[in-house]
Amino acid sequence: MGIRFILMVNKQGQTRLAQYYEYLTLEERRALEGEIIRKCLARNEQQCSFVEHRNYKIVYRRYASLFFLVGVDNEENELAILEFIHLLVETMDRHFGNVCELDIMFHLEKAHFMLEEMVMNGCIVETSKTNILAPIQLMDKAS
Amino acid sequence: MGSQGGFGQSKEFLDLVKSIGEARSKSEEDRIVLHEIEMLKRRINEPDIPKRKMKEYIIRLVYIEMLGHDASFGYIHAVKMTHDDSLLLKRTGYLAVTLFLNEDHDLIILIVNTIQKDLKSDNYLVVCAALNAVCKLINEETIPAVIQQVVELLGHPKEGVRKKAVMALHSFYQRSPSSVNHLVSHFRKKLCDNDPGVMGATLCPLYDLITIDVNLYKDLVVSFVNILKQVAERRLPKSYDYHQTPAPFIQIKLLKILAILGSGDKKSSEQMYTVIGDIMRKSDTTSNIGNAILYECICCISSIQPSPKLLETAADSIAKFLKSDSHNLKYMGIDALGRLIRISPDIAEPHQLAVIDCLEDPDDTLKRKTFELLYKMTKSSNVEVIVDRMIDYMISINDSHYKTETASRCVELAEQFAPSNHWFIQTMNKVFQHAGDLVNPKVAHNLMRLIAEGFGEDDESADSQLRSSAVESYLKIVDEPKLPSAFLQVICWVLGEYGTADGKYSASYISGKLCDVAEAHSSDDIVKAYAVTALMKVYCFEKAAGRKFNLLPECQSLLEELFASHSSDLQQRAYEFQAILDLDSNSIDNIMPLDASCEDIEIDKNLSFLDSYVHKSLEEGAEPYIPESQRSGTLTVTNHTNQTYDTSAHSLRFEAYEVPKPVVPIRTPPITDLVPVSVSLPEPSYHQPVQVQPTRSPDPSSTELRLRLDGVQKKWGKPTYSSSATSSSTSTFDSNGVTVNIPKQHDNVVPKSRESRHVEVSEEKQKLAASLFGGSTSRSEKKQPSKARPTTTTTTMAAAAVVAQPPPDLLDLGEASGGGGGGGYSSVVDPFQQLEGLLDVSSSSTTSTNGHNQNLNLLLSEKDDFTPVNGSPNPTTKTPTLTKGPSLKDALDKDALVRQMGVNPTSQNPNLFSDLLS
Repeated sequence: MGIRFILMVNKQGQTRLAQYYEYLTLEERRALEGEIIRKCLARNEQQCSFVEHRNYKIVYRRYASLFFLVGVDNEENELAILEFIHLLVETMDRHFGNVCELDIMFHLEKAHFMLEEMVMNGCIVETSKTNILAPIQLMDKAS
Repeated sequence: MGSQGGFGQSKEFLDLVKSIGEARSKSEEDRIVLHEIEMLKRRINEPDIPKRKMKEYIIRLVYIEMLGHDASFGYIHAVKMTHDDSLLLKRTGYLAVTLFLNEDHDLIILIVNTIQKDLKSDNYLVVCAALNAVCKLINEETIPAVIQQVVELLGHPKEGVRKKAVMALHSFYQRSPSSVNHLVSHFRKKLCDNDPGVMGATLCPLYDLITIDVNLYKDLVVSFVNILKQVAERRLPKSYDYHQTPAPFIQIKLLKILAILGSGDKKSSEQMYTVIGDIMRKSDTTSNIGNAILYECICCISSIQPSPKLLETAADSIAKFLKSDSHNLKYMGIDALGRLIRISPDIAEPHQLAVIDCLEDPDDTLKRKTFELLYKMTKSSNVEVIVDRMIDYMISINDSHYKTETASRCVELAEQFAPSNHWFIQTMNKVFQHAGDLVNPKVAHNLMRLIAEGFGEDDESADSQLRSSAVESYLKIVDEPKLPSAFLQVICWVLGEYGTADGKYSASYISGKLCDVAEAHSSDDIVKAYAVTALMKVYCFEKAAGRKFNLLPECQSLLEELFASHSSDLQQRAYEFQAILDLDSNSIDNIMPLDASCEDIEIDKNLSFLDSYVHKSLEEGAEPYIPESQRSGTLTVTNHTNQTYDTSAHSLRFEAYEVPKPVVPIRTPPITDLVPVSVSLPEPSYHQPVQVQPTRSPDPSSTELRLRLDGVQKKWGKPTYSSSATSSSTSTFDSNGVTVNIPKQHDNVVPKSRESRHVEVSEEKQKLAASLFGGSTSRSEKKQPSKARPTTTTTTMAAAAVVAQPPPDLLDLGEASGGGGGGGYSSVVDPFQQLEGLLDVSSSSTTSTNGHNQNLNLLLSEKDDFTPVNGSPNPTTKTPTLTKGPSLKDALDKDALVRQMGVNPTSQNPNLFSDLLS
């Protein structure tokens, strides 16, 4: 299992989306998210987009005020994960059009649906934007 | 944001999201969420809530949990929503359930039925939603309920369903490999699915399976290589492209798989060479994703059977990574370097400066990665610099996780490569001082053993110098506040054992220090125990040596305090000490022989020395020993307490805890053969065990005498009465105490380090000229600044020097650097000087540089020569060759310089090096 969790946290440290691929209790999640975002905020643009935290490696990317954070284990290719984040953002962008923090907040479930298509069991399973968005568009039409 | 409210979201929901979004602080957010919880608790249970409204409530529950609050009151509604007919509501319900519940939650059982139904649905999107839920919610026990349906879905006409079915099986495999053992062939089949999405997903379970057992999948190498080739040739649909790169994530996964399959398998590896070479040639080095693929190729190349051509390509890519301005690429480069260095150790040479740059970088991630690289390339020639650096880093960080990791790496490297015992001790001191509570306690024992055993080269004077320098360094450190317990234990033990050995410090001085330790750490019983035992040893050594030595008043008061200690161990030690005070020097010498910690102690577990007594007793009509198994347990308790009394009573005695005081005096005099008998005489029925024991060795040596208590206790006390305070305290005394423990556990570490040093040195002599730091980057860079600079250009130059120089020079060089590397040697000769150097690095380094003005000049001139090379960020392999001609002379000069530098012990000044870089 490569990916352990995917988080979106804004720079005030408020979680906007959280998807875990292993079970953590509410308290553990809360603590983890706080610690990670604090670490990432302390870093500047020039520094690596990778941070080690406990047993995780965190790959993060910042878009405006929103941090996308992916926790991976040791075997993962960090650079690829970094691009995976961008793929996720591009996908959301295609769906929402100029995606912003509020889009994710108002359509939390859709953001999750996209993730469900892209990542299963902590593995990247789909990277074609067309395939990722197809079911979501179908659902939109149906409702 | 045009889509805002697109699902007909209510104003209420919009307001909630808005207020959460506008919350300025965590507490404000918490307040909003708590209010929301209150409201939802009331509203969600109302009857006849419209479905859309309910969906909104569910999303609000998701928010509550996401923001760190408990929403379990609404879980059941999410479960209910999975029953809904509307696809959107159903999927939202499944989503909420997967977010709320872990696979072992009680509510799962309510969902399994729904999942089963949905898996049969005609609407493939419903099936997909159910399969998503299967991946997250079906645990080992419920797998059988759905596995058959999932397998059937592998043949579903819709590719999306097939893909998710594969992943559902994958999740079963993750949870319980045995549940899908018979289905592995399906994964193989799905690899050939028409749809690239299904094929790509199938790589995930296959990767896991191949990791477990490579050999079962060797036949797939051809398939994987073919797929990879097709992907790289853009045969997949355009929609898989990412930034003009064809299906990069699939490529990366395939490369990971090939790396495992080709590892140690020449035939398989050869099949991969072409495609890997092609991909590396094609990949776009200007984009992140192109570099991600390149990196994965390097990982693959370093894992499979090496191909010289590919290794070269990989080295080129690494060079580009390291030269990049992007920290991300540098990070990947350092990591890749660490992988490749195992195969071609020379690869680091051109990148010395880049590596040092990364090491000096304020970016902690990069720094840590670089330490990982250094850790991988540590050898005896560079261990000092690397470990010093690591220790500095260890001191500078607060995160206990990484502190522990770094500390244990320091210890590991030091144990493995230590150039001298002296250096080892100094290094361990630092590690202990700053992370003593984080390292494995075994390390402390190793350290004590090393000090006790010394070099093991039969060089007594070197050993004693080592010890006195250890004592010296501990005396300096011991007064510092907040020393970790493990370190204090080592200090106490060493001070007790060797504090007065060289006569430099008086017994009262050492005792004073030990009393201070016990007082300053009055809450730490173990440290106190070590201190008391050490005090006892100091006293004994004095007395045995025939010197008059009166117990210090503070020592006396410490003892009195310990007589009343809550810890029976401490009490025991105090009483034993007290008892020893009354003995004559002859018996003391027998109890506490000087520097006997390494002596093997024979433990006569069978108490054979009691044989004659037992015989006698039996003849006089005593009852024979009844083995434990044959008697009732209650009896035994009393006996044990009796044992120490020299009463003749055969009756049971019940007084506990009177044991320690009389014990020692009685026992210690028995240096004569008769005594052992008399000691045990008091015991009526219980010394008989002796008889039962089969083996007997007749001569109790003096060491045995000391241990006799131990043997007796264990034999009689432990099985019957192990919980008793006395027995446990005595046994701990023996094991913690002075002598027993350390000699007992003989580890290989020390001998190993010694061996490795020998080997390395001779190897070095050959290698050193050719590659001054051949792969050992940091060492020369930091340690001998003068050498460091040249290094960019060195390797080839040095090689030239070798050719030019006759063999003797080569040897000189080797020796010189060997001396430099083993700063310990010179310091062993004069420990004080070494210590000064340790404590005041800068001063020693300045003196050394002052001592060699000429060299300084040389250094400067060299700097001038080479700055351009350094300045250009890309010291490629070509640069050295360019400078090769003119540098021959430099190489000779450097050679001389190195020799001189080598004479001076550790003069590493990190600042010097950073000057060079600027």
